Amino acid sequence: MAATEQPLRRARTRRAAEAAGPVPAAPRSTVPADPNAVIQLRGVSKIYDHATGAGLKQATFSITPGEFVFLVGQSGSGKSTLMRLLLKELEPSAGSIIVAGRDLGELTRKKVPYYRRNVGVVFQDFKLLPNRTVYDNVAYALQVTGHSRKDIRAKVPDVLRLTGLSTRLHNYPDQLSGGEQQRVSVARAFVNHPPLLLADEPTGNLDPETSIGIMQLLYRINRAGTTVVVATHDSAMVDRMRRRVIELNDGLVVRDEQAGAYTARDENTAEFGALMRGEPAPAPKRMADLGPDELFDDAFRDDGRTPR
Amino acid sequence: MKPGFFLKEATRTIRRNAIPSFAAMASVLVTVLVLGVFIPVVQATTGAADDVASRVQIDAYLKRDVTKAQIAALGEKLKGMDNVKKVQLVTKEQAYAEQKKKNPEAYQLLGTNPLPDLYRITPDSAGDAIAIGNALMPVGPSGKRAAIDPSIDTVRNRKDDTEKITSVTEVVKLTAAALALLLIAASILLISNTIRLSLFARRREVEVMKLVGATDSFIRWPFLIEGVILGLIGGVTAIVLLGIGKVALFDPLTDKFALIAAPETMSFGPLVIILLAAAILVSTAGSGLSLRRFLRV
Repeated sequence: MAATEQPLRRARTRRAAEAAGPVPAAPRSTVPADPNAVIQLRGVSKIYDHATGAGLKQATFSITPGEFVFLVGQSGSGKSTLMRLLLKELEPSAGSIIVAGRDLGELTRKKVPYYRRNVGVVFQDFKLLPNRTVYDNVAYALQVTGHSRKDIRAKVPDVLRLTGLSTRLHNYPDQLSGGEQQRVSVARAFVNHPPLLLADEPTGNLDPETSIGIMQLLYRINRAGTTVVVATHDSAMVDRMRRRVIELNDGLVVRDEQAGAYTARDENTAEFGALMRGEPAPAPKRMADLGPDELFDDAFRDDGRTPR
Repeated sequence: MKPGFFLKEATRTIRRNAIPSFAAMASVLVTVLVLGVFIPVVQATTGAADDVASRVQIDAYLKRDVTKAQIAALGEKLKGMDNVKKVQLVTKEQAYAEQKKKNPEAYQLLGTNPLPDLYRITPDSAGDAIAIGNALMPVGPSGKRAAIDPSIDTVRNRKDDTEKITSVTEVVKLTAAALALLLIAASILLISNTIRLSLFARRREVEVMKLVGATDSFIRWPFLIEGVILGLIGGVTAIVLLGIGKVALFDPLTDKFALIAAPETMSFGPLVIILLAAAILVSTAGSGLSLRRFLRV
């Protein structure tokens, strides 16, 4: 999306919202509030007053803590709208969004920054600060929240080691490859250890191998207990990962697969990477741990390959 | 808050965005330089106009046969009149010497002194000249003008000259004021545009800061401090240049030509303070206001 277009669109949306007057009461009562959910959408609609934008129609679902959820759909199906609603960059036209028990609609403008500190975000275009080093980019997320310098000096190298950027601390974003920039972006999103991490097409600008690296990273973060929501249009990758998939089409939730056979925390990162590449996982350890029936599940059966 | 952190952020952005920062600083510099030259020029112009106006005088020519005692008595009488600032006696001899200096050949031919004694009257202000003239030669009952004192022959209040001078000085003052306003408007536009451009380039940066959870004030402070620093650098540089110009160019001139120094102008100290305050204020307000637009994410 053209960056220059955004303020305009936002202004227009705001004006439209004002023109429409009070929003008619959404059928929010149909779905009870779920105290366990980290994200809960209740009949959320977003209508843009110009035809081109992707809206959202009556989206209702909830995501529980620790889940790894894919949000899939064509371009213009409403994925980004949903992401921006979750960041409170946009206001829903109807319905309510509850994150960690708090209704975003009741969040005042002043409180939005404090809310966003609890949500890590990763974007397709990385959104790094161009005139800061890798270290400073990650540190900024902590400076914003008022962490002490000592604290920052302890935490930043840690998270950069996790993302494999220890040797790049003092480089500027334009000196890094796309994959490295995205890893910085993930590091920044994760340095606060937020309970929720949103990634909007995190691999959209990256080649397949680099993409797998980023997904592995997100997976590792998920295993540390963070709820991860990834919007993507790369359905091949999604199919291989066997995670919960919410599919949007033209603003409607058309599929919400509760992950079929997958159980959380059943692979280590290396195995996960192998899964992503469509290769059989390095087997020996699993052979010992699991019975032969559990070993090869849907993803492997369907692709017709025989495991070694 | 954390002033140290914000100060560091501000200086870092200045260093990292050297070219836009330089542009903003340069526009402040140019503006202050122009204002610093123009404020004294306006003052000098209006001062000169006032000076010209103050030279409006009334000449009361005396009869040729008056005695010294009569002259002295008339002098006291004139001094006692309303709106009179100064009364000066110009004797025949003084007048002759004055005129001879202006036109030596003509007076050489003349031989004898044809000039009368006269009183030169300076009014409180240029506008009073005509009133004083009328008071000296009121219209009598016969409809003819007669002098209030028998020793006065005629009164010349140079009515035309006075009116011309007052209208010209008005025009000069108005023109100077209009030019000053135009210059100030141009300066404000220049600075706000420069700042807006450099902020526009950093709009994305502000957006990212907001997404990471920075509060508005957290984003704004470094920008404001940056504005103060750039305003300060630009202002100080301009004032140093002005100072050099004053010492190198203007001061020698005033020594040579007393005329230039004649009108009252603001002394350098207060001028510097005003310019510096204006530079910092405009630069800071410019960055603060322009930022508002981008903070609405």
